[in-house]
Amino acid sequence: MLSGGAILEARGIHKHFGHLHVLKGVDLVVAPRELVFIIGPSGSGKSTLLRCCNRLEEPSSGSVVVDGIDLLDRRTDINAARRRIGMVFQSFNLYPHMTALGNVSLALRRVLGRSREEAEEIAHAALRRVGLDEKANAYPLELSGGQQQRVAIARAIALEPRVMLFDEPTSALDPELVGGVLKVMRELRESGMTMVVVSHEMGFARAAADRVLFMDHGLVVEEGPPAQIFGEPRAERLRGFLRDLDRH
Amino acid sequence: MDEFVATFFNLEVVRAASPILLQGLWVTVQLIVVAVPLGLLGGVILALLSTIRSRWVRWPLIAWVDFFRAFPPLVLLMFLYAGLPFAGIELGAFGAVAIGFFLNTSSYYGEIFRAGIESIPRGQMEAARSTGLTAVQAMTWVILPQAVRNVLPDLVSNTLEVVKLTSIASVVALPELLYQARQAQSVTYNPSPIVAAAVIYFLLLWPAVRLLSRLEHRAVARR
Amino acid sequence: MTNWEQFLFTFFNAKVMAAYLPKIIDGFFLTVWLALLIVLSGLALGLLLAVVRSFRIRPVNWLIVFLVDLFRALPPLVIIVLIYFGLPSVGLAPSGFVSTWLSLTFVLAAFAEEIFWAGILAVPKGQWEAARSTGMGFAQTLGWVVLPQAVRLTIPPLTNRTIAITKGTALGSVVAVAEILSQASAGVSFSSNPSPLTLGAIAYLVLFVPVVAFGRWVETRFAWKR
Repeated sequence: MLSGGAILEARGIHKHFGHLHVLKGVDLVVAPRELVFIIGPSGSGKSTLLRCCNRLEEPSSGSVVVDGIDLLDRRTDINAARRRIGMVFQSFNLYPHMTALGNVSLALRRVLGRSREEAEEIAHAALRRVGLDEKANAYPLELSGGQQQRVAIARAIALEPRVMLFDEPTSALDPELVGGVLKVMRELRESGMTMVVVSHEMGFARAAADRVLFMDHGLVVEEGPPAQIFGEPRAERLRGFLRDLDRH
Repeated sequence: MDEFVATFFNLEVVRAASPILLQGLWVTVQLIVVAVPLGLLGGVILALLSTIRSRWVRWPLIAWVDFFRAFPPLVLLMFLYAGLPFAGIELGAFGAVAIGFFLNTSSYYGEIFRAGIESIPRGQMEAARSTGLTAVQAMTWVILPQAVRNVLPDLVSNTLEVVKLTSIASVVALPELLYQARQAQSVTYNPSPIVAAAVIYFLLLWPAVRLLSRLEHRAVARR
Repeated sequence: MTNWEQFLFTFFNAKVMAAYLPKIIDGFFLTVWLALLIVLSGLALGLLLAVVRSFRIRPVNWLIVFLVDLFRALPPLVIIVLIYFGLPSVGLAPSGFVSTWLSLTFVLAAFAEEIFWAGILAVPKGQWEAARSTGMGFAQTLGWVVLPQAVRLTIPPLTNRTIAITKGTALGSVVAVAEILSQASAGVSFSSNPSPLTLGAIAYLVLFVPVVAFGRWVETRFAWKR
């Protein structure tokens, strides 16, 4: 694991919610252009780890450095740092009062200070990348779940992030809509985007991931290339987890 | 600061005025005890009438309700108190207040109960009727209890407004709390009695306001 | 004269009405003006308080909650009377118009703050997170993402509350504001005939029936749509 050239380097992350110890010293180091997959049962802390990486969740202790910027340093402008970290949510979280174009261009205008024309040009380009430019003027409620999630991806990539975090991006989708979102993610990967994905799409992990982390009870139990994790799992808990998946 | 206290929180003045303030409070309580049940009763009747689907009932009912909601209650009160005597109808202050409040508040309560009844799925009525209950029984035992629960925050809120509204009775010289406070103020040339009345209203109604705020937030959280 | 003619002669006396119509019209426009001022300042102040409250600074929020509770608990007429008859004792002498405007502004602001705050809380947490994850700050998120949604949610309750409070302009008659009711009452005492009051009642209906109908329309238009 190359630590020097890492884009995202989270070390020794602990997180407590009240007396619940959700993360118990987790390391997550991601190299440029790498796609890291995080799997594990619900409640294992994967989403919390992801949310610590852009400080939507405040880690109780540990360090998070993204693109050379120490996120937990008080002097860091967290908003400037977050623009370099794209995030895609399970429930899309599109702004219901704005069109697809408005959703994508809002941060370009208000955070990067682009003019309306510039912002909309970039937004159109981002929507084209996710194959939804013809829906630019549609409101979220007029879009299918899969389309909403693709707009949410466009919203993140329009800011040209250095790394993207996906928090169960397909869990809220009907099965027939999952494919479209995965296709966009695959294209993103091929374009060289660095990605961290929390998901249950094991097929996608097998095909596209460089590295897979298995988390349980707030710890990384096992990690390695997908062939090893899925082909010859060592940890008993990982084997149990994969067995349960097959059964469903 | 001392002068401010002596002006607005003059305990001596308040002590001297306290007997008539208490008399005023007593009249206010009597007004509440008359106005709230009458308004609730009128509201239930209006809401039940609104379940009748005929437009011969529906449109007059909407007109009636909107008419009394559009009328500022003080205007209605003045009409009853100062207008009707010209037609030989002397209601007196208490009568004018009682009738005015009934017409005004029952329209508001009526709208609330109507919204509550409309929030109950049709299946409830059908299920109740299928067990042999009459329409009236189904309404009384099945629909209304659920309806009331659904609109409880609105009912509490409107009742709070009715209680506050009793202060306009002072305009027609009914000796309730505000009227007595103003009498005391004009005799002593000191506003402390009005401040005292305000404090009494606040202490009386603060628990209701707190309760309401919690009910409203819970209603928002449930969505 | 039949009873009916007697009734018309008493309550719809054309001569008296003609004489007092100009006064009632003056009162009408003063009422509209006062109501507009109250709506503007009350809603603006209420929104401001809700925005300040969303910063969640403890002592500030306690103060806001107390003030909101205070102005929700006190009868508007008590506040008007207190300002109009009380403040002269310390050398301030607000006119009846200013007293009524201030009082009802505070009352409307208190109710509006509660409603706006409930609206802000009703916007899902994911909206905050999505906006913050794109690098928008707290204030930007509040202004561009949360408030537009919150305000939409609050339109029906806010409309009804605003209408109810603007009807309180009639309370200004108690402190000598020359609005409709005041003009009508004066007309009744001068002419010894209730027709000016009839006229005043009609003026209120002309003003508020459309407003109440509008409120009804808003309620159905925005109900459960998000």
